[in-house]
Amino acid sequence: MRHSSVGLLTEMLARRLIPCLDVRDGQVVKGVRFRDHRVVGDILGLAERYRDEGADELVFYDITASPQGRSVDRSWVARVARVLDIPFCVAGGIRSVADAEAVLAAGAEKVSVNSPALEDPSLIDRLAQRFGSQCVVVGIDSAAERSTSPATRWRVHRYTGDVRRSGEADRDTLEWLREAQDRGAGEIVLNCMGSDGVRRGYDIEQLAAARERCHVPLVASGGAGETAHFIEVFRAAGVDAALAASVFHSGELPIPRLKTELRGAGILVRPPTTASRPPCTSPPTI
Amino acid sequence: MIQDETLIIDSGGANVASLLFAFERLGVPARLSNDPADLAAARRAVLPGVGAAGDAMARLRASGMDVAVRAFRGPLLGICLGMQLLFERSDEGDTPTLGLVPGKVSALTPSPRLPSPHMGWNTLQSLRDDPLLAGIGPDDWFYFVHGYHVAAGVDFPSLLARTDYGTAIAAAVRCENYCGVQFHPERSGEAGARVLRNFLERC
Repeated sequence: MRHSSVGLLTEMLARRLIPCLDVRDGQVVKGVRFRDHRVVGDILGLAERYRDEGADELVFYDITASPQGRSVDRSWVARVARVLDIPFCVAGGIRSVADAEAVLAAGAEKVSVNSPALEDPSLIDRLAQRFGSQCVVVGIDSAAERSTSPATRWRVHRYTGDVRRSGEADRDTLEWLREAQDRGAGEIVLNCMGSDGVRRGYDIEQLAAARERCHVPLVASGGAGETAHFIEVFRAAGVDAALAASVFHSGELPIPRLKTELRGAGILVRPPTTASRPPCTSPPTI
Repeated sequence: MIQDETLIIDSGGANVASLLFAFERLGVPARLSNDPADLAAARRAVLPGVGAAGDAMARLRASGMDVAVRAFRGPLLGICLGMQLLFERSDEGDTPTLGLVPGKVSALTPSPRLPSPHMGWNTLQSLRDDPLLAGIGPDDWFYFVHGYHVAAGVDFPSLLARTDYGTAIAAAVRCENYCGVQFHPERSGEAGARVLRNFLERC
């Protein structure tokens, strides 16, 4: 034995930080979903940048509109898989086992399903049976019910990427979360719509309620604006991971700084990358 | 037949592409095959795998790869489910597995405090000196994702390193030429690349 003695287990699983990138036609875009998109960068360049900054995982949310009767071009997935040595998930437009198979075979670790699973919940079972639960993420868009009931309840929303179709699905969020797990979801991303985009912090009440009922990893989404929000969501809601977009993309909160501050607050995260990396095309060493 | 350097056994799992890319990044392209003759001719082999133990064993039996793996004398690295298959038995579907490493695989018990699968970055403890883990220390992080595990609360001879997730989990094992890691080196950044390089150069 070279290191710590047997029986002294000090380290635990690190909390994960997950930048989410919107992708359209193989480019990373920014803008109100489905409107006014502006290309912000080359997908490989941004993937490499986040990898080098110490992102623990990436989510690519493919918002490419599916042309009638044709499948979306996802050749970018293999290009990303070739350069990334951290896990990544593809969300958006996964409607069938065949869609998932194409993305996973190209090198993605996970697929995330949202509205198609609400339309046909058995999609979750079929994906889990074919690929294993660890590949199957269920995304839930959720908002507090507009009512005056004493306890807050949350409702699932669907088609949130499309302003013309967006609306409440006829489901209670916590009930859907339970069903998704029972059907084989290996991870839940809970996007709290009330806090999304305003950068005033994650919806702690909703995420804590979800955590109590969630036996699979839970990812918080919606509301991150500063380090304190990440500290709060890990401490108070006990989530496994925090997903964010604009706060990372704008450069306001660089991941190395965020990780240093989280570690300073006693939250276990994988340290920011310090070593310079050899180029991907380094020559064979054997 | 060409003497392949590194053969990746096609176990039908979904992580095969990322593994091929990882070897490509190391400048040592590997080849994918489910032909036992290719394995017999290979210098070293990787047994990847995600999904269920029963399905994976059925696929290995269907191609004759189960027999070929048992007969293989070169260095072989099992990854994730591939590591678990090296043991004797899995509680996942009560499946007899390859039986190359003594021990069995059981389910993690999920709770809101310790969700299952064990998914994310974790470190290794109680490392034994082994070429596979050369240069790896307790401050290196690896990406895990698994709902079943080999318990490592009690030390056993083939255990090279463990990881802590409320319970002690076997993270790396070796029995003669067969070694295995529970984490995904192909998705574990620089530390993972180091383990793969060790396997190529030192094992």
